[in-house]
Amino acid sequence: MADFEVPELKEYPVIPLIQEGSMAHSKPYVAKPEHQKSVGYPGELLDNWQEVAINKMGELVKGSRALQVFLDTCVKCGACTDKCHYFLGTADPKNMPVARQDLFRAVYRRYFTFAGKFFPKLVGAVDLTKEVLDQWYSYFHQCSQCRRCSVFCPYGIDTAEISMAAREILDSVGVGQKYCNEILGKVHVIGNNLGLPKRALVDTMEGLEEDIKDETGLDVRVPVDQKGADVLLITPSADFFAEPHIDGLIGYAKVFHQAGISWTVSSYASEAANFSMFIGSNDNLKKAAMRIRDAAYDLGVKRIVVGECGHAWRVAYSFWNTLIGPMDFLDKQYPMPSHIVEVTHDLIKRGALKIDKEANDHRRITFHDSCNVARGSRMGNIPGGQFILPREVIKSCANHFFDMAPETIHENTFCCGGGGGLLTDDLMELRIKGAAPRMQALKQVVDEHGVDTFVAICAICKTQFAKSLPYYDYSMDMITSLHQIVGDSLILGPTE
Amino acid sequence: MSLSVIYAILFYAATLLLIVGVTRKIIIYARTPAPLKIPTTPAPLTKSGVAWRLTKEVVFFRSLFNANKWIWLFGWLFHVGLLLVLLRHLRYVTEPVWTWVVLLQPFGKYAAFAMLFGLFGLWARRFLVDRIRYITSPSDHLMLMLLIGIGLSGLGMTYIDHTDIVSMKTFMLGLMYFDLQPMPSNPFLIVHLSLVVTLMIIFPISKLIHAPGLFFSPTRNQVDDARDVRHVAGWTAK
Repeated sequence: MADFEVPELKEYPVIPLIQEGSMAHSKPYVAKPEHQKSVGYPGELLDNWQEVAINKMGELVKGSRALQVFLDTCVKCGACTDKCHYFLGTADPKNMPVARQDLFRAVYRRYFTFAGKFFPKLVGAVDLTKEVLDQWYSYFHQCSQCRRCSVFCPYGIDTAEISMAAREILDSVGVGQKYCNEILGKVHVIGNNLGLPKRALVDTMEGLEEDIKDETGLDVRVPVDQKGADVLLITPSADFFAEPHIDGLIGYAKVFHQAGISWTVSSYASEAANFSMFIGSNDNLKKAAMRIRDAAYDLGVKRIVVGECGHAWRVAYSFWNTLIGPMDFLDKQYPMPSHIVEVTHDLIKRGALKIDKEANDHRRITFHDSCNVARGSRMGNIPGGQFILPREVIKSCANHFFDMAPETIHENTFCCGGGGGLLTDDLMELRIKGAAPRMQALKQVVDEHGVDTFVAICAICKTQFAKSLPYYDYSMDMITSLHQIVGDSLILGPTE
Repeated sequence: MSLSVIYAILFYAATLLLIVGVTRKIIIYARTPAPLKIPTTPAPLTKSGVAWRLTKEVVFFRSLFNANKWIWLFGWLFHVGLLLVLLRHLRYVTEPVWTWVVLLQPFGKYAAFAMLFGLFGLWARRFLVDRIRYITSPSDHLMLMLLIGIGLSGLGMTYIDHTDIVSMKTFMLGLMYFDLQPMPSNPFLIVHLSLVVTLMIIFPISKLIHAPGLFFSPTRNQVDDARDVRHVAGWTAK
């Protein structure tokens, strides 16, 4: 099935011995000039790229306390060395968080610090050569920016911040990544990652309404551009067509229908994903987010609800208020924004939904904490609500739930292997190997509890697992949207 | 007397470099904007919660404890040992010696062993664990050698070749009151002080700056209140 060796799942997780250069060949397709230009970057490698890169580095470090502190304070203690799923899956030492950071730090030291300018060998500082730039391109596209390393670092050093900065520098000298930049260009022009125009979106939603009618006999609406709706749903565009995402969308529709909440999606802002975060681009981050503000204003909604998407929820929860706030035209009694899980959780707690838990009795369920939800955001009003709420929702809708090992869930969760802008076929080897630690933890609950349903709340996780599960001899059907579990157990129809 | 003059100059220069260097770094950290909210969650919802999170990091090395028990054990013993040893050394620059420093004296002596135990443990890992060997630069070895050298030369004075501690203290007090006094010429002392001066000089320009750096780390010091309070700084404030 693969032209690379799929990691073997052992009885217990094992930290591999390092194999230098084992992933040096891995690199995604380089963006074409038109993709580069669509997101505001030079089309190909600039003649004076070195100068531009160094200047950009100085500018980024000056503008980010995180970068400044992270580049200075690493003591090379080694706490992070066995924490990255890509290191655990590939054994390439440059996939250890500290070594990945050092690709950047070595250049920073050479040009910006006393020790690196005068004693480069002593402190491991290097010139920014073409060879180093190529290493950056390879290894900063082997980081899914999942922040697991930042949980364990005694100084909270977050490799994601460094990998975002590195990609921004790569983009600025003309070597961007095709997958992210092409997609982001579509968001700016059409409004979603897929390039799905309004007509196609409306057709898809109408088809969905028919499907739900066939299944339930009820007129459950999936509205597009409905002015005056209470809720604007911002969801990853994968929810409109991909499996198992679409079953999640059906779940949201059923929840809104049953709770009597009027809602709509927007054809102008039909995308929750904001890949600008992955490439560390401030301008694009704000520009893509602004479409959502504009859509909410034009549609006159009272609140914005975000669908099941990991990094989108981080951008929405942590950055929207900063980037596109304050949104005074929204109803202040709701958190801005709300997660769909918060909405469903609240309705269940208030008894506003009737649930038939036995409808999920054929499932034995575990839950995958998506990295950006787990380590870059929150749900509800207590720290760690992002772990509690989804589990409470699942347990309210199903009888058989089993958590994976504690060192692999909550803030310790392992990335699916496809996050951070790496969900592209040209990185398949990396994706499959990077999924190994999560598959190892899944194997344990499959073996011990007969788990057959693997629930996630992130479009990237869902697509990645649908692809990676078969490599580990599991069925791709295991991966399930949380709101499919909800939708399947919801008793629809008039309430007494 | 020339020895005293050389070491007096070295001490003044090193102290100046240390204070100016660390202050400069702290000013840079404080002035550099944090444009976005990036606490590693779950994070505290209040400022006092953040203070407690940082206290746990500084006092107990909480994240490191969760990451790796061996590094935590060696690292924590080294740092606590160093702290006690430093506090014990206050007796050489205060007259009369503060009571709590006197009470600390016996602990301070044993702390030197804890400190060295931790340092040797950390150094051993740099040779024995392949992952840590891979990320180690020459400067990482040199800094450990420097600290070990300081510890061993200090123990040398306590257990092998006692220096004239009374005249040493006179020399130190003389430095503080700009009244130069002769420094005893014990070989352990000369090594000890030379290494300490070196440490003071490299502190602000090396990874040793992690000490103040931790307090400025946005993933650790930010409050998780992005939805309730609009945060802007740097490019997001424009």
